[in-house]
Amino acid sequence: MDAKLKETILNPIFKGNPITVLVLGICSSLAVTVTMKGALVMALSVIAVTGISSLILSLLRNTIPSRVRIIVQLVVVAMMVILVDQILKSFEATYAIDKQLSVYIGLIITNCIVMGRIEAFALGNKPWPSFLDGVANGAGYGMILLIVAFFRELLGSGTLFGVDILNWLGYVPNNLVILPPFALILLGCIVWVQRSIQKDLQEK
Amino acid sequence: MEYLSLFVKSIFVDNMIFAYFLGMCSYLAVSKNVKTAAGLGVAVIFVLLVTLPINYLLNKYVLAPDALIKGADLSFLSFIIFIAVIAAIVQIVEMVVEKFSPSLYSALGIFLPLIAVNCAILGGSLFMQQRDFVNVGESAVYALGSGIGWFLAIVSLAAIREKMSYSNVPAPLKGLGITFITVGLMAIAMMTFMGISL
Repeated sequence: MDAKLKETILNPIFKGNPITVLVLGICSSLAVTVTMKGALVMALSVIAVTGISSLILSLLRNTIPSRVRIIVQLVVVAMMVILVDQILKSFEATYAIDKQLSVYIGLIITNCIVMGRIEAFALGNKPWPSFLDGVANGAGYGMILLIVAFFRELLGSGTLFGVDILNWLGYVPNNLVILPPFALILLGCIVWVQRSIQKDLQEK
Repeated sequence: MEYLSLFVKSIFVDNMIFAYFLGMCSYLAVSKNVKTAAGLGVAVIFVLLVTLPINYLLNKYVLAPDALIKGADLSFLSFIIFIAVIAAIVQIVEMVVEKFSPSLYSALGIFLPLIAVNCAILGGSLFMQQRDFVNVGESAVYALGSGIGWFLAIVSLAAIREKMSYSNVPAPLKGLGITFITVGLMAIAMMTFMGISL
């Protein structure tokens, strides 16, 4: 594997993370982080959508007139999201996936990461690197989601993936952590940590 | 009375930003000064108010089970129909505004086309679908309330950020980090409205 491809994969995970550095796709990311399970489902869905729609649009990139490209992108992304949603619906009963997740799955269409990576990368690159770029950006997004969900579920319910971790020690779950505001504060702290390590990201 | 309750609830209790994090991308990117923030806020109210009733009617008479064809459930198509309606309406609104009110058009500038991919608009339609409103009026009131809630949120954050540029924030927190924490604190403040019912 050559160095450029490796850079394509590794960059979105930390140095160019879509959430903490590029500030893309926060919309749908915070509401699903109350439990690890919700965050994991959401992360996998976003990885699938970004990867495959980048691949498809990269294959089509020479045939789409640039004037109508936004509509074509929306159609491809919406189709992918519908597929993911239908697949999840079929597993809903078996794995008890939260019904409200469906709204946030739908919002992947307007998730800036998907459109942003298509515009910035897939339309100017070959299919294989575009696919990897999409998957890596989805993974960078998913990683932040899982970090936030880890703290929120552990402190808010005392469990991880529904398995009791702290409660049997006599821990009293902190309800503030479950509520929406705490996700934002946690994300602020993650940005703080990342920018302390990577000084070049700090804003003047 | 139900309308009033729904209106107040959608502004304060079910606030798009503070309760559901919808439209966060543009919320964080465009809240650097009050004037542009207000422009985007007005555009969001407007587009929500136009698209939500249309999507409501489409949902009720086309997409819902047994609505168009007996025995067919077309609701799996709702994502693509909603986003198509939103993109089309934004395009039409842009052309109409450009034709009849050039001053408003130049004030809204780049924000109008950007709204098509604002999660708050699609999110509004998806929540509307989930909530089973009984008539078009309710969906319009919900749209107006959510839009005003979004407007208030972005204008107040912009005002805070304008003031914050004078304060001495630790370097790694500057910009994005402190903005996240500020929004979190604002959301905690908004939670005082929880449980209000008129």
